[in-house]
Amino acid sequence: MDLVEFENVSMRYGEEGPMAIENISLSVRENEFVAVVGPSGCGKSTLMKLVTGLAPPSDGYVYLGGKQVSGPQQGVGMAFQASNLLPWRTTLDNILLPMEIVQDYRHRFRAEKATFQEQGRALLARVGLAGCEDKFPWELSGGMQQRASICRALIHRPSLLMLDEPFGALDAFTREELWCMVRDLWQEEPFTVVLVTHDLREAVFLADTVYVMSKGPGRILVRKPVDLPRPRDLAVTYTDEFAELVFELRDHIGRIREETA
Amino acid sequence: MTLLQRKRLLIKASPWILLVTLALLWELVCFAFSVPTYLFPAPTDIWASWLEYQGPIMKHATHTLFTTVAGFAIAVIFGVILGVLVGSSPLIYKAVYPLMVGFNSIPKVAFVPVLVVWFGIGTVPAILTAFLISFFPVVVNMATGLATMEPELQDVLRSLGASRLDILRKVALPRSMPYFFASLKVAITLAFVGSVISETVASNVGIGYLMISASSTMDMGLVFAGLVVIAIMGVVMYEMFAFVERRMTGWATRGSDPAF
Repeated sequence: MDLVEFENVSMRYGEEGPMAIENISLSVRENEFVAVVGPSGCGKSTLMKLVTGLAPPSDGYVYLGGKQVSGPQQGVGMAFQASNLLPWRTTLDNILLPMEIVQDYRHRFRAEKATFQEQGRALLARVGLAGCEDKFPWELSGGMQQRASICRALIHRPSLLMLDEPFGALDAFTREELWCMVRDLWQEEPFTVVLVTHDLREAVFLADTVYVMSKGPGRILVRKPVDLPRPRDLAVTYTDEFAELVFELRDHIGRIREETA
Repeated sequence: MTLLQRKRLLIKASPWILLVTLALLWELVCFAFSVPTYLFPAPTDIWASWLEYQGPIMKHATHTLFTTVAGFAIAVIFGVILGVLVGSSPLIYKAVYPLMVGFNSIPKVAFVPVLVVWFGIGTVPAILTAFLISFFPVVVNMATGLATMEPELQDVLRSLGASRLDILRKVALPRSMPYFFASLKVAITLAFVGSVISETVASNVGIGYLMISASSTMDMGLVFAGLVVIAIMGVVMYEMFAFVERRMTGWATRGSDPAF
């Protein structure tokens, strides 16, 4: 079943503004891991705003869970390049924030706080943050903050997880560690993910399907299924098969550059 | 005592050292140039006045403290409410700001006679002047604290289905607390300015009145004693808010000393 569906969606900012994205059609199956790659300024973030209902499309239709998106959606998990953790809350309280807001949980929050805290601790332990529950965000390293940020996006078991370049600000080693963390989380209990990134290796390593977008206005150029066997080990990124996939995608992006130049 | 401990002790003692040094310098200047007391009293003269008029000074000081705190309290309540409105709605922001800046540009001393016509002399105009002069920084800081919230953070919350009230309660208000406390420290000192101004113009109680009547008899020692008492009250109130601030928003300075 398709969880997210775009039907000929276009979007421009303002009345006369340039097209941010143009005529986009795509669909995301339930529990599919989709990556969207493209040069910066190709409207990847606009795509996220459309799915979550934070902005309405100028043209076309967006469906989430079979219903047309109008207005902000309930309980979509989001994580960005900046972790956006709240500095006055401990790590545990930070990741429990969605439980205080999402409709299904907020009424039970006070009564079942201990249960929720237990869930939070368990999730933190799964991403390797056991022992950091009572630390404040600024006491964590950049990679750890980003782990916590992803935990916050997942704690309420959202139907859809949106990741907007969540590893963009991290060093190469930490980034690979976090790829594996997301892979393990997804492998253990699958959920639907849309990952927006400009890192082709990241996209191929994590995703089931990669979409390549062109720039100004953003259009979908290629839809590339990645059929590398799962679970994928980090070593897969050094195989010829992997390199070929990355190279093929790179080629498309290279062509976009030439055409616009 | 290690070097580090000595340095810490020096930092702690530094305001007192500076104060004593300046007082000694002041005394020395008055003594060396034999400045007459009715022009510029030396610290010892001020001390003598304090000993002589301790009772009346304390009576007027408590009254000034009361009017200041009352005006300040109204300013904080009003300032927070208006600040939240201004900071969370672009429409109110646009509409209210020019008016407020205009109003704040009016010298409040020029407004005291109007208040006297409306409410008579004494306590009420003093409280109102303290309020009028000190609410502005609270409004501006609350509004700034709320309006500078990261848009991405808002996206995260809105995609969870948070209402505007949720965002305000869970994130925007706690986030603007450092701005709020910074404004309190400015506002309390301004509130003293307001109440004393009003007392000097139209009152028969309060430190302002005491100073005006003392200066009309050229009793400069008493005038300066009044000034010193106001300054001390201001510092004490300031320190109180600084203490509460450290307890409540330690996360903003990350538990370290607030300096570079």
